[in-house]
Amino acid sequence: MGDLGFIAPEIILLIGGLFVFCLDVAYDPGVGKKSGLSYMALSALFLSAALIAAVLQLDIEEPHVAFSMMTVDRFGSFIKVTIFSGMILTAIAGGRYINRRSGNQGEFWTFFLMVSLAMSIAVSANNLVLVYLAIEFLSITSYMLAGFLRENRRSNEAGLKYFLYGSIASAVMLYGISLLYGATGSLYLNDIAAAFAEIIGDAQEISGLAFAALPAMLLILAGLGFKASLAPFYQWAPDTYDGSPTPVATYLSTASKAAAFAVLARFFVVGMASFEVNWAPVLAAFSIITMTMGNLAALRQNNVKRMLAYSSVAQAGYILMGLVAVTSVSPSAMDGLNGVLLYLFAYLFTNVGAFLVVMALEEAVNSTDISAYQGLIKRAPWLAAMFTVFLLSLTGIPVTGGFFGKFYVFGAAIQRQYFWLAAIGMINAGIAAFYYLRVIQAMFFTQDDEAETLDVPMALQTSLLICTIATIWVGVYPSAVLDWVSDASVQLLTVVP
Amino acid sequence: MVPLSWYLMLAAFLFSCGLYGALARRNAIAMLMGIELMLNAANINLVAFWRHGVGPMEDLTGQVFAVFIIGLAAAEAAVGLALIIAVYRERRTIDVEELDILAG
Repeated sequence: MGDLGFIAPEIILLIGGLFVFCLDVAYDPGVGKKSGLSYMALSALFLSAALIAAVLQLDIEEPHVAFSMMTVDRFGSFIKVTIFSGMILTAIAGGRYINRRSGNQGEFWTFFLMVSLAMSIAVSANNLVLVYLAIEFLSITSYMLAGFLRENRRSNEAGLKYFLYGSIASAVMLYGISLLYGATGSLYLNDIAAAFAEIIGDAQEISGLAFAALPAMLLILAGLGFKASLAPFYQWAPDTYDGSPTPVATYLSTASKAAAFAVLARFFVVGMASFEVNWAPVLAAFSIITMTMGNLAALRQNNVKRMLAYSSVAQAGYILMGLVAVTSVSPSAMDGLNGVLLYLFAYLFTNVGAFLVVMALEEAVNSTDISAYQGLIKRAPWLAAMFTVFLLSLTGIPVTGGFFGKFYVFGAAIQRQYFWLAAIGMINAGIAAFYYLRVIQAMFFTQDDEAETLDVPMALQTSLLICTIATIWVGVYPSAVLDWVSDASVQLLTVVP
Repeated sequence: MVPLSWYLMLAAFLFSCGLYGALARRNAIAMLMGIELMLNAANINLVAFWRHGVGPMEDLTGQVFAVFIIGLAAAEAAVGLALIIAVYRERRTIDVEELDILAG
């Protein structure tokens, strides 16, 4: 029973999801009186409780294995804190958006809590059965949320496209897992690592099925790469982000991506440690293709929501760069895993903020086109200023969190002597500046004659303010976050046998 | 006992058929059928590996995982069909080539 305390965040979210669901079924205040905002408040409350439970696990001394399939460690807890913060900010800001567009708010918030639960399980799972089930749980719930506005053609097209791409990717991943099971006889990441270490060490006697390891690794990478929207599996991302309700796009591009990277990191660093020479170059190639494709496609977008979708594909490329440069031998401050975690943390607040600005504009003028942003500095000065902070952070300008994220992943790549990778990353960051700055230019330097001030809801403003403060905080004073980050990555790296 | 390689070849064939179906067909339901084939290919692999004892025999990992996947495939099909119906109601087609509002 002692294990229950260690999975407190998951239990809180499960109870919360079921509670909201039952409330929705049982309580009927009468036609037209149903308020989604109370469900939103409940969800935010449960998410906050889960956040507190995860924060309490941030300084756990030793990794604890709960119920044999969940590893509760600082790495997982840090990612959980990141994910839950993003979900809370999205929930608070998105309540009104969903309330206006759908009559089934109870269902929406149930799924929202369940999606958080799925991500939370995925980042802790140390067994491929649980990894697969959690990823599928996350995916299936996300398909429903993406297509949640049933009568909206854009939303249900987004949902169906996401479903078709997503289930192909996860079936491919499953086939890879089945091969890995055949090659090693176990689905626990630690046992898989031990089995491979034995095979590699004993080169004379390569056991029958060890050759399946590399294909299996590639197939699993295809499945997880899909969730993290890496090229060449990113085609769903722009369409889905563009068509789905903006709160859903917000978490798909941030929290869900963070969960996918956590699973990728745990799988490669713990399970596939013996094959680092094989997977590092593969991941490097994926990283280069991802950032280049994402940036080139983002350059020609006039729709800001779609531009942010491609930009989040490109950001995934930079994050992957950190994973390439993981040093399992001697963890140092400049380690790639530190870069990944710091980048995810900064990126989460920045990108949630950017999508929330899109949501504010969508609410006010019902458009996501760049023309809607013209002269924003006159119409809503604070909104324009905060959006500028987010865009600068996505570009990687100092004094914002994005700068330190990029600094650490590029630093790690250079330290591991991936000079060409870092160089291509720099060129890409330069290309990216064009399209980010184009929006800033539209906001500040173009006039809109029929300029009227925008009405931004209070809840949305609060979320935006928190995102801005967090983005600048990481940029000005990164050492606090860096302490958590390096503790987290040291704990993950030291379990490598 | 039937050799392991026969099962693996059957599974690989099934997986390839499923992947081809999922990628080449334009009808959303046919794509869903392809996906189901891919899931079942993995099931055959898991059970065959278990039967041929890659791990200890009393460790039922392969079998149990296969049962989970059967359940999960049903859940996935339910959600997929629901999404397909939602699309069909709005546009009277489930041809994925005609889903082109979102593009660019």
